[in-house]
Amino acid sequence: MSGKTLYDKLWDSHVVRNNPDGTAIIYIDRHLVHEVTSPQAFEGLRLADRRPWRIDANLAVADHNVPTTDRSAGISDPVSRLQVDTLDSNCRTYGITEFDMNDPRQGIVHVIGPEQGATLPGMTVVCGDSHTSTHGALGALAQGIGTSEVEHVLATQTLVQQKSRSMLVRVNGELGPGVTAKDMVLAIIGRIGTAGGTGYAIEFGGDAIRSLSMEGRMTVCNMAIEAGARCGLIAVDDVTIEYFRGRPFAPRGELWERAVAYWRTLHSDADAEFERVVELDAATIEPQVSWGTSPEMVAPVGGKVPNPFSETDDTRRQSIARALDYMALEPETPITDIPVDKVFIGSCTNSRIEDLRAAAEVIRGRRVADSVRLAMVVPGSGLVKRAAEAEGLDRVFLDAGFEWREPGCSMCLAMNADRLEPGERCASTSNRNFEGRQGQGGRTHLVSPPMAAAAAIAGHFVDVRTF
Amino acid sequence: MEAFINHRGLVAPLDRANVDTDAIIPKQFLKSIKRTGFGPNLFDEWRYLDHGEPGQDCSRRPLNPDFVLNQDRYQGASILLARRNFGCGSSREHAPWALLDFGIRALVAPSYADIFYNNSFKNGLLPVVLPEETVDRLFQAVETSPGYTLEVDLPAQVVRTPEGEELAFGIDEFRKHMLLEGLDEIGLTLQHADAIRAYEQRRRTEAPWLFAAREGSGT
Repeated sequence: MSGKTLYDKLWDSHVVRNNPDGTAIIYIDRHLVHEVTSPQAFEGLRLADRRPWRIDANLAVADHNVPTTDRSAGISDPVSRLQVDTLDSNCRTYGITEFDMNDPRQGIVHVIGPEQGATLPGMTVVCGDSHTSTHGALGALAQGIGTSEVEHVLATQTLVQQKSRSMLVRVNGELGPGVTAKDMVLAIIGRIGTAGGTGYAIEFGGDAIRSLSMEGRMTVCNMAIEAGARCGLIAVDDVTIEYFRGRPFAPRGELWERAVAYWRTLHSDADAEFERVVELDAATIEPQVSWGTSPEMVAPVGGKVPNPFSETDDTRRQSIARALDYMALEPETPITDIPVDKVFIGSCTNSRIEDLRAAAEVIRGRRVADSVRLAMVVPGSGLVKRAAEAEGLDRVFLDAGFEWREPGCSMCLAMNADRLEPGERCASTSNRNFEGRQGQGGRTHLVSPPMAAAAAIAGHFVDVRTF
Repeated sequence: MEAFINHRGLVAPLDRANVDTDAIIPKQFLKSIKRTGFGPNLFDEWRYLDHGEPGQDCSRRPLNPDFVLNQDRYQGASILLARRNFGCGSSREHAPWALLDFGIRALVAPSYADIFYNNSFKNGLLPVVLPEETVDRLFQAVETSPGYTLEVDLPAQVVRTPEGEELAFGIDEFRKHMLLEGLDEIGLTLQHADAIRAYEQRRRTEAPWLFAAREGSGT
């Protein structure tokens, strides 16, 4: 019999009951809650006269709707305000720990979970948000769920699921200078497609993954969902363990030692078998820029926008043509000829301290191009913001002409006031370039933080490696 | 949850691959704290020519005449024919809520994104998977025959065309059962409350840090 994959180990250790119909009841260790997908779940609980099963398994934060400008006057949009107030009220009612909008620890749910040690290796983690896959970087089984499942987890501390198939994406070798985890994951999605991971749990492995920091690993797993996979996974190693030492919610003392001993078993066995294996050579990955309206529509910065007429598959040809029309791009335009109107550095993909350092490195001593209407940095959490300020990164951004904002999801999905106007083109470190994602009629190009920073300075995309 | 057994209805074709949940229901409508009322904003950015905001009277907004659901022949459609990877993107359950609120009871496509697929079943919306070639053929049939209907028969696991052709589809046994019975999944899981407690008991011994995972735990 072959060995177990990391996914097998995490799954097996959380099975409460195998049902006769092929599903299993899976125990959930950590439930992260935010304001957008939880109100209907709490209402459902009340209507059915149920109570949360285990209060201390929940951690809540408002992130999608919060303003990134001065918050002292509260939220001006009454609809957004009601949603955030509803989260506050539900958390108060049930005694759920919440970092409210003015808490210094507030931030994007997928940034604060690991930052606080509230999500840990070996846990099952869920949240009513597809980017919950981020926490797989810790060696946790982390999945996004819908509101019905949020209610199910609140009421039972479990989910009823069928086991996914397993895929290994192995990235061999070493990334070149100026090439980041973001470029790696965009290249992976470009290779396997946005539905390539549907039905799979994807484990990312290989030397290039092992060499990444925790921040980089979170960037990769964050976008597993953009490849169609509900969860991404990375094995635990010393980098993981050192990351959690001393985090506020992490175990301490004797419990820490016991936890670490267990965490060290959280890797796929050498003889584990995967149903699908995809291999990439890190050295061949260039900085990536998305040109279309799906995250699989990416090109290396030295490349060109594709020509739909060279595509043989009808559906794909139509998709490319429609995307180019929406993006107002001519076929075969060199990527570096594409100008940008706005630049957004932030989101649960790329708003951690390392992302801000990498962007600041490019910007230091330079100015945002006059043609760029807005360049903004939205740190992932209050603590990331504070750490960046302690290093003087805020000055680097402000001196260059960037805005330095309060933490939240911001222009990744434009539920607050931060958005693109129709026709505006944005270099964005976020995760989705769907039509209208950053504002109706807005045009998103997904890039890494250094590539976004370089585009802000140049006014168009440039190869950050030679900038 | 409302049960789904059998449904015959007018078919509307949405001829695009990778339709994402941002397109199905744009983010500004996610600020609602209710489960209902999303129908008028289904596919808002494709359906209307102006910019939509919550609380508008959508009956007064300018419609995009090119969008399929605005065409006369598809008024009253309750089955949406779609392309591969329908429902990709965010986990928002507002997507199936909006489809149902609009009047869609079943979807037919070659594939769906995982979270959307799962969310649909929780709400009595049946996402039928048929092979790509069959879906191609249905797109042609809908295009050439105004008033084209399909019957989705869940117990028999077939889609019936007006000509009486039966297109078989697969579905997980548990999903089929839940849908046919319209079951409350939470209620079912709570029948195993003792098993959940027993699991917790064991884990408290095996992995106690998971239960002490609060700020300053272990100090």
